[in-house]
Amino acid sequence: MRPSIMLFLLFGAACLLFAATFVDSGLRTAGAADLLAQRARLVAELGLTDLGLFTEARYTRHLSQADLHSAFQDHPMSLEHFPSGSLLLPPQGVKR
Amino acid sequence: MSGLLQRQFYLVDFTLASLLRRKGKNLGLLLVYSLIVFLLASVMLFTHSLRSEAGIVLQESPEIIVQRMVAGRHALIPGEYLEKMGRLRGVSKRQGRLWGYFYDPALKSNYTIMAPPDRGLSNSEVIIGNGIARLRGVGIGDYVTIRSYDGDGISFQVKEVMAAESELLSNDLFLISEQAFRIIFGIPDGMYTDLVLSVRNPREVRKITEKMTLKLPDVRPILREEVLRTYDSVFAWRQGIVFVLLAGAVLAFVIFALDKASGLSAEEKREIGILKAMGWETGDVLRMKFWEGAVISLAAFLIGYLGAYVHVFYGSASLFEPVLKGWAVLYPDFQPVPFVDPLQVATLFFFTVFPYIVATIVPIWRAAITDPDAVMR
Repeated sequence: MRPSIMLFLLFGAACLLFAATFVDSGLRTAGAADLLAQRARLVAELGLTDLGLFTEARYTRHLSQADLHSAFQDHPMSLEHFPSGSLLLPPQGVKR
Repeated sequence: MSGLLQRQFYLVDFTLASLLRRKGKNLGLLLVYSLIVFLLASVMLFTHSLRSEAGIVLQESPEIIVQRMVAGRHALIPGEYLEKMGRLRGVSKRQGRLWGYFYDPALKSNYTIMAPPDRGLSNSEVIIGNGIARLRGVGIGDYVTIRSYDGDGISFQVKEVMAAESELLSNDLFLISEQAFRIIFGIPDGMYTDLVLSVRNPREVRKITEKMTLKLPDVRPILREEVLRTYDSVFAWRQGIVFVLLAGAVLAFVIFALDKASGLSAEEKREIGILKAMGWETGDVLRMKFWEGAVISLAAFLIGYLGAYVHVFYGSASLFEPVLKGWAVLYPDFQPVPFVDPLQVATLFFFTVFPYIVATIVPIWRAAITDPDAVMR
């Protein structure tokens, strides 16, 4: 088989896989509706406000509930030292 | 038509042979290029998925949370504030909440301790998140002991372990009764961590907040829309260190593409000269080089994107775990729900494939329009 045909076949297969990611995404997202509803019920029942992604400090565990100056809570020159704090920008009001 | 197609096939054959002549260089290029696309696509897919999920599940979080501030810090709020705020039209339910953090020195991890009102827990029972159960190696019926504020160890029997499917929200939760909460932290009756208000009509939330802060100037209201906005901005593209890392990767790629655009190697120039001397037209040389750029950039995009999809949605984005975990011991074991935004994918495609093709074509065009004799010298 000529190399160009092989290349187009390979690209064709890769493009099919690319399209399959969207189909997979659609199917799995639709399938996760119950799961998301279950999580939403838990949020409603317990009054949760945040995702449990960053448990290393209280102000990173509950980002939406943290004091506005929490990164500097220990003393004025205490720079943020928790790694997950570096994923966040200061709140809008502070930047202005 | 078939003649035109045949011509393209011959050009692609020639391009592949030409690429294979510099196998090491081109494979290295493909690898680096694919890795950049992989990194960009992984961040894009992961953040979009988390943002979408947070947007859906946190829609159910309390409409208004009222925190009391003392000297700029969140402090306990007396239950009397519920009466002090008076009758606020539109508020359907109001109650105090008890929650806080507990640092477990044995495991060096932080728990979120809550006293939910409707779980029917006795003072010696606990419901724990799957993360705590995994870390401590306990299950239903086992005992978990934690130290109270005055140093006494208090044991709780595990009544339930929260579902692994909800680990993203509940991995570090430690649910106990209200009385047990007050005993552990020494919080007197009538004091709460914060208050929550339920509002019938969402459009009235801001007005209610204004009225309440007039009556209670030392409180900080946190609205549900602010909670949602927090997660919308945390996982936005242009955030913090992620942006710095990505900017580094993109800049490295830009330098590489610019280097390619600014000049051709002597070997490439000689190749073009020979092709033109053999009778190739400028258009053929350009088409051949277009195919070269297209083959490499399209292959890099497809490899990078497919790798990122598998990494994020089948591999739990494990490469990001050390970054997100930071110094934390408890990290949720979760599989992101594959929300994919086609517009974001199209943007990624546009910004990774087209610049490379253009950067390859321009210098070739410059070399191809010059005299073959001059090019070969």
